[in-house]
Amino acid sequence: MRTIFYIIQKEFIQIRRNRVMLPMIFVVPMVQLLVLIYAATLEMKRIDMYVVDKDLSNPSKTLTNKFSGSPFFVIHGTSFSIKEAEEALRRDRADVILHIPHGLAASLQNGEPSDIQLLVNAINGMKAGLINAYVINIINDFNREIRQERPGLVSLNTGMELDIRYQYWFNSELNFKFFMLPGILVILVTIMGMFLPGLSLVREKELGTIEQINVSPIRKIQFIIGKLIPFWIIALFELAFGLTIGKILFDIPIRGNLLLLFGFASVYLLVVMGIGLFFSTLAQTQQQIMFLFFFFVIVFILMSGVFTPTESMPDWAQFVNHINPLAYFMRVIRMIILKGSGLLDVGREIISLGLYAMVALGLATWWYRKTT
Amino acid sequence: MKSFLGFIRKEFLHIFRDYRTMLLLFGMPIAEILIFGYVVTNEIKDIPVAILDQSKDAVTREITSKILSSGYFKLEQNLEGAEEIEAILKTGHVKEVIVFEADFSNKLEKEGRAAVQLLADASDPNIANLIVHYTEGILNDYIRKQYLDTEMVGLVNPQVRMVYNQSLKGVFMFVPGTMALILMLISAMMTSISIAREKELGTMEVLMVTPVRPTQIVIGKVIPYITLSFTNAIMIILLGFFVFGLPVRGSIILLLAESLLYISLALSLGILISTMANSQQVAMFISLFALMLPTMLLSGFIFPIENMPVILQWLTHIMPPKYFIIVIKNIMIKGDGFMYVWKETLVMAGMTGFFLLLAIRKFKTRLE
Repeated sequence: MRTIFYIIQKEFIQIRRNRVMLPMIFVVPMVQLLVLIYAATLEMKRIDMYVVDKDLSNPSKTLTNKFSGSPFFVIHGTSFSIKEAEEALRRDRADVILHIPHGLAASLQNGEPSDIQLLVNAINGMKAGLINAYVINIINDFNREIRQERPGLVSLNTGMELDIRYQYWFNSELNFKFFMLPGILVILVTIMGMFLPGLSLVREKELGTIEQINVSPIRKIQFIIGKLIPFWIIALFELAFGLTIGKILFDIPIRGNLLLLFGFASVYLLVVMGIGLFFSTLAQTQQQIMFLFFFFVIVFILMSGVFTPTESMPDWAQFVNHINPLAYFMRVIRMIILKGSGLLDVGREIISLGLYAMVALGLATWWYRKTT
Repeated sequence: MKSFLGFIRKEFLHIFRDYRTMLLLFGMPIAEILIFGYVVTNEIKDIPVAILDQSKDAVTREITSKILSSGYFKLEQNLEGAEEIEAILKTGHVKEVIVFEADFSNKLEKEGRAAVQLLADASDPNIANLIVHYTEGILNDYIRKQYLDTEMVGLVNPQVRMVYNQSLKGVFMFVPGTMALILMLISAMMTSISIAREKELGTMEVLMVTPVRPTQIVIGKVIPYITLSFTNAIMIILLGFFVFGLPVRGSIILLLAESLLYISLALSLGILISTMANSQQVAMFISLFALMLPTMLLSGFIFPIENMPVILQWLTHIMPPKYFIIVIKNIMIKGDGFMYVWKETLVMAGMTGFFLLLAIRKFKTRLE
């Protein structure tokens, strides 16, 4: 026990003296939280609309005003030439073109259906989908008003209507920051738990100091425990630090039990540390292990559902996610923080990760002994 | 000249001998393109929903089957009572609960109005927003087709055309982004680490006393990485074309030329970093935080720039990948010619010159 304590002490001294390690522990989380959360937003703030109104009638103006009055649309330019509008779309000055052909007012008057065209810049498919949804909503609204104004025009059955109401649970204002913050915390904790111990081990290998430890009476298992505990503490500290920043700066609601969250994070860290340790046995130089980490962590992060729902992923990806520790934590941290889920709700994940931790750490320790 | 060629050969050997890193270098773009293409899509597909049908009549059943056959949703569970809603949203994977009120079809027939409630799990706000709108669309569509006359008498009928990307595919975003990321990774990060490594191990001094001149050393260091990056760029374009059907509508020569310009820009950044870093760790650290994170976040790769706060939008102006992404999007997807991208090209060329000048000044003082 005392041996482990001395190794932990040695690690802390080394971390304190290392000029790269310290900024990595304290600056990176700050930068990540501040820049990432502000930059990582898919919230639509404004949609630039270009209007080609060839009708210039009362209804066409009402329609245009409906768009400019909505919080999402900004009328960016108007013209009578569709060519000019298309040029604006091409030069990214407009996201969508509203083209009202001549004769809208007349056909509305006569009770004939009239077409209007909308051209959406769809290079960003997600954005285009949202623009489409907003546009259709506004036009439906417009149609509803016309129907109410002139009931005689419309055929008999139009009274039929669905009364659709929606509620957004757990995040009623659709605040995207509440969604991103837990996700970024997961990335942060993972980097701390996987990169740092792995790098520090490979460094000992590259510099040859590991030989000195190998010839000392320290047993392998003591060495590994002593190596991991400091980073385990640091990573949990980072989580607390990040949550505090989130609470103060972004006012994120923490609905679940913090003890449960940290308990889960502790188990999760054992898994990533096991993986990091395993990688460190494969690499000889710091450059190699950096690339190894880089490759796997990017893949793991992207597949974990940090930006997109895992449920929409293809079956093979969902299958791979069974061995992706980030996918578990990503789900659970959002459940605990945003939904207030309790121990019973995340019980299955805890058991899976617990088993995973045993396998990963066991494998790493076993492998480690053989190669050094 | 002969010694210079020998030096380039040494550099190539250095890189190709580390087969593990080589494997990752070529595996990375493939893995990333495939993951972005198949896994990280924003397409709504098979979203698990639960349905609480308090009416259970022909109409609600038909609407339900309409919703489930749309491909956007799949049924996770049929609920029996309102008290189950909270539990299922909290525990399950269910993202939306659709509630039909009791006596649905009767109310619709007699009163002309029936209520549907959509309860979405908004812990992921964007998805919640999207699926609610999609469901609403399906519901309205059903009513319109079923009960209104097929002709929209006297109403405005919007015809939406998705320009450049009719089926709203994700490839149009991630292929340019991945290209910018990978090229930056190989060109800037690898170069800076490789030069810093020679410094750290002391072999730089050995190179200095050979007849090879300093500029030749730098050029020799850079040439293998240009080759690697360029191969990777071509690979990504080919992958995008053959696997995802991403067209190259503009001139391919212009596209390759712009890629070369971007590669030189990244390389000059890499050289600049290596003049500042004395160890691999520091070089890695700078590359990671000065290059990789901004490339992913502030270039418009994943997150649209126009949604960011103004301060961050300013910051994006000095991010080289931003310009490259605009240029390749314009050339590949819109089929634009040089006239549409000359501004961005000029900015990239200017940046390259600036970084190179800075690096040369720094490099010289270190040699003396």
